[in-house]
Amino acid sequence: MAITRDEVLHVARLARLALTDEEVERLGSQLSAILEAVGKVAELDLADVEPTSHPLDLANVSADDESRPSLSADEVFANAPDREDDFFRVPPA
Amino acid sequence: MKWAPVIGLEIHIHLKTKTKMFCRCELEYGAEENSRTCPVCLAHPGTLPVPNARAIEMTILLGHALQCEVVERSVFHRKHYFYPDLPKGYQISQYDQPLCVNGRFALADGSEVGITRAHLEEDAAKNVHMGGSGGRIAGADRTLVDYNRAGTPLVEIVTEPDLRSSEQAKRFLQLLRQTVVELGISDAEMEKGSLRFDVNVSIRPEGSDELRTRTELKNMNSFNFAAKGIEREIKRQIGIYESGGEVEQETLHFDPGNESAPPLRSKEEAQDYRYLPEPDLVPLVPGRELVERLRGELPELPGARIARLADELDTDLAEGLVTSGRDRLFEQVPGERRAVANVLMNQWAATGVDPAAVDADELGKLIEARDRIPRAAFTEALEATGEPGFEAERYLADGQIEATADLEPLVEHVLAANPSQVDDYRGGKEGLLGFFVGQVMKETGGRANPKLVNELLREKLKA
Repeated sequence: MAITRDEVLHVARLARLALTDEEVERLGSQLSAILEAVGKVAELDLADVEPTSHPLDLANVSADDESRPSLSADEVFANAPDREDDFFRVPPA
Repeated sequence: MKWAPVIGLEIHIHLKTKTKMFCRCELEYGAEENSRTCPVCLAHPGTLPVPNARAIEMTILLGHALQCEVVERSVFHRKHYFYPDLPKGYQISQYDQPLCVNGRFALADGSEVGITRAHLEEDAAKNVHMGGSGGRIAGADRTLVDYNRAGTPLVEIVTEPDLRSSEQAKRFLQLLRQTVVELGISDAEMEKGSLRFDVNVSIRPEGSDELRTRTELKNMNSFNFAAKGIEREIKRQIGIYESGGEVEQETLHFDPGNESAPPLRSKEEAQDYRYLPEPDLVPLVPGRELVERLRGELPELPGARIARLADELDTDLAEGLVTSGRDRLFEQVPGERRAVANVLMNQWAATGVDPAAVDADELGKLIEARDRIPRAAFTEALEATGEPGFEAERYLADGQIEATADLEPLVEHVLAANPSQVDDYRGGKEGLLGFFVGQVMKETGGRANPKLVNELLREKLKA
């Protein structure tokens, strides 16, 4: 199942990515290859298999509603490319 | 042709947990920007979300109040979109396996509104758009982001398109708000953003059961404003159909800061959120024991209390008392039922006194005596009902000052304190009488008999 150029551009736009023509070409063939590999599963008869949303046979992992310390301002902004007062600053949205 | 509106609502409420939905950062409205953040809610690589057990319980409790089925197995999904308020690039939400489904909510007029679902998700961060005019997006040169709100537990309630008028939509919202407040699961304060809603509106020929193209109204900041917005939208759609046009699917964004501004429109793009099961979270399988325990914790709900009170009052008065949080006080205040209800909804409501601070028996005495004391004194007494140790007796005992002997010294005092006005009056400016009457009334807290004050003043001023 080949991914079309339009599909690559659509997904890129949703992810706010600007791609060059060369990248559209390359990603299109990579995504096609990934889909093809996943498509292998479709060859099996899975009529009796429940859809899996998680690989572990586990449910109800949760935590009590008790607060834990948040980060200090220095830590919060340590990786921030841009900051204004105590806000993260980003280009106009 | 007669047209019938078809209205559905999507309501978001913040849950009143101590901590966020998927991390244990404290929730504190108004805290210093980004001071309630951690690697999880800032979406640092390698972190894992852990659901808040209390938020799940609160959602189940709400599900019971909305007469929903609490499902046996619920799954969180990732809902993808790119915007700076969403640090992970997706919101953890629920998609095809929400926690609560198929409910209904009865309104005071006996109508029922279907509840499609109530699901649990996380709120996004708060964006502040700078450099444009007044925080608007248009013309901004930068956006500042505060992630304190990111990850706040949020319940989304979706109704069936069962509402038939703007008034019914408003009453639904008022009753739902009161319900979540009384359940103790949310403050549901619109001005703090802990209650938000969108409205879907379409119209169809009366008697028809078709569903036509709907428009979505967003960003409304009050129930009254929503009702007005719905009315306006119904009229607009009628105009389009009657001139032979077609309603287009679009979203109308209201400007909460400027209610008279026309809404901004945006075409609805085909939504493509690329939902997928959240691989970082295991399924939620609420045990039947937990579900039943929470059912047992349901208090008597506002809707049921309205039905009960409507037997002795009319429905509107009963609904007003309950949705304003005054019905419990009403039930404790002795006296003629309708009189008590009317005072609570009108004069007493205007005082802004907290119902919880009031001694119901004393308030009852005051209401009983309301026709025997001057209006101003009654108002003053009502304003004092929230004060500790309030006694109606004091206001009743020195109810109206009728005795000449009591009023005379006050009249003399007022005249002595205003010699130039006295001279003016005697010089012919008889219109000043009203001024003197006002001064005496002020001295007595409004309790003097006005007729007697007039007489006394005329007499003294003649001298």
